[in-house]
Amino acid sequence: MTCEEAEVLLHALIDGELDAGHAREVEAHIEGCPHCAELMQEYREISQAMAATDLRYKAPLELRRRIEKALPQPQAAPSRRSVLRGFAMGSAVSAMAATGLVAIVLRNDDAQRIEAEVVSAHLRSLQAGHLIDVVSTDQHTVKPWFNGKLDVSPPVIDLTAQGFTLVGGRLDYVDARAIGAVVYKRRQHVINLFVAQTANTERRAAKISTLQGFNIRRWSDRGLNYWAVSDIGADELTEFGDKFETAMQANKEG
Amino acid sequence: MVVNTSQDDPEKARRFREAALPYLDDAYTLARYLLRDAADAEDAVQDCYLRAYKHFDSYRGPAMKPWLFAILRNVCRAEFARRKTAPTAVEEVPESAEQAPMWHETPDNPERQMLRRFDGDVVRKLIAALAEPFRETFVLREIQNLSYREIADVAAVPVGTVMSRLARARAMLRTAWLAEQEQVK
Repeated sequence: MTCEEAEVLLHALIDGELDAGHAREVEAHIEGCPHCAELMQEYREISQAMAATDLRYKAPLELRRRIEKALPQPQAAPSRRSVLRGFAMGSAVSAMAATGLVAIVLRNDDAQRIEAEVVSAHLRSLQAGHLIDVVSTDQHTVKPWFNGKLDVSPPVIDLTAQGFTLVGGRLDYVDARAIGAVVYKRRQHVINLFVAQTANTERRAAKISTLQGFNIRRWSDRGLNYWAVSDIGADELTEFGDKFETAMQANKEG
Repeated sequence: MVVNTSQDDPEKARRFREAALPYLDDAYTLARYLLRDAADAEDAVQDCYLRAYKHFDSYRGPAMKPWLFAILRNVCRAEFARRKTAPTAVEEVPESAEQAPMWHETPDNPERQMLRRFDGDVVRKLIAALAEPFRETFVLREIQNLSYREIADVAAVPVGTVMSRLARARAMLRTAWLAEQEQVK
């Protein structure tokens, strides 16, 4: 091999793009050629330094908005009828709880704010190319990864056999606190399961709500609050939550 | 069987957003380097996403990023044509640009030490100064982490061309970096 050839091929070697045969040829040449060896070493260092330098640009928020607006909306607007039904239900609940109205309103406000934050975190995870910090379908890899990163160890349960594939875990921020997100997939749909500590250890049954077209299933158990967020249907999200809770129960008893 | 091909199919819109929007920063980064202008880059990326949505039915995967990039590249080339400043062809690259004195330093040269940490702004400027085909190949490889095969598909050239362009791009960038260091001193 000539130096001229090696000077081109060494780049492919650095990039891991050469097949074994060519890689051996280039390596053989480099071993016997101080000039090319020097060059190889130098380009390797440049490549590493380049990878360590932030050379990317961030798309302006305005551009993101423009594109979002120009694309057809993914979710049909809720029909007038369902809005009215929701409203009627809301009034019935308020009437029943008239005495504790203030407390309920305050708690709902807080819960709604956190739900909005959880949905934002879900959206961020889909859009910023930052869905997963630790990629693994193995619960025994994902769970230890959270250790030392959070004040709580989120339960990581493999539900692949039940039709919800565990794909990894991520650190996120909700309510100005670090929070664990365990990521599942159902077909091509992402389910983020956010887990945070709560002072309240009593079990609270699941509630399904909808925000910005996303379904949220919220429940509490043994000092942990859970929010499962996804664009899958409420029935499927309920199924996910039920299977998760059943598996949790089985884990404790087993 | 009736296939819904409506442009406003909400399921298609949802799938497209989920598949394509995560690459918005990548697309914008590529457009910035190709067009060297922030406003033009924004327009090109928006145009790219709308075109991609239109052709989403024919998308067969598997990698969304190179597919978007190929569309974006076409949009950028249309922009070049509009500017009437066609990108420098490979043949027109000045000889000096590729005549890099690559082996004139000793291994302990202090410049070697400087190479280990780059100043992002300086490197961005140096990349922007590369002639178009080299800049494109370099950005797709070093910043977008595409494989040679993917770069070849995006740029519609053989893999061998990708390899030689990348080698020359790196040589030019290295020379420019050393010259920059020379000036600083």
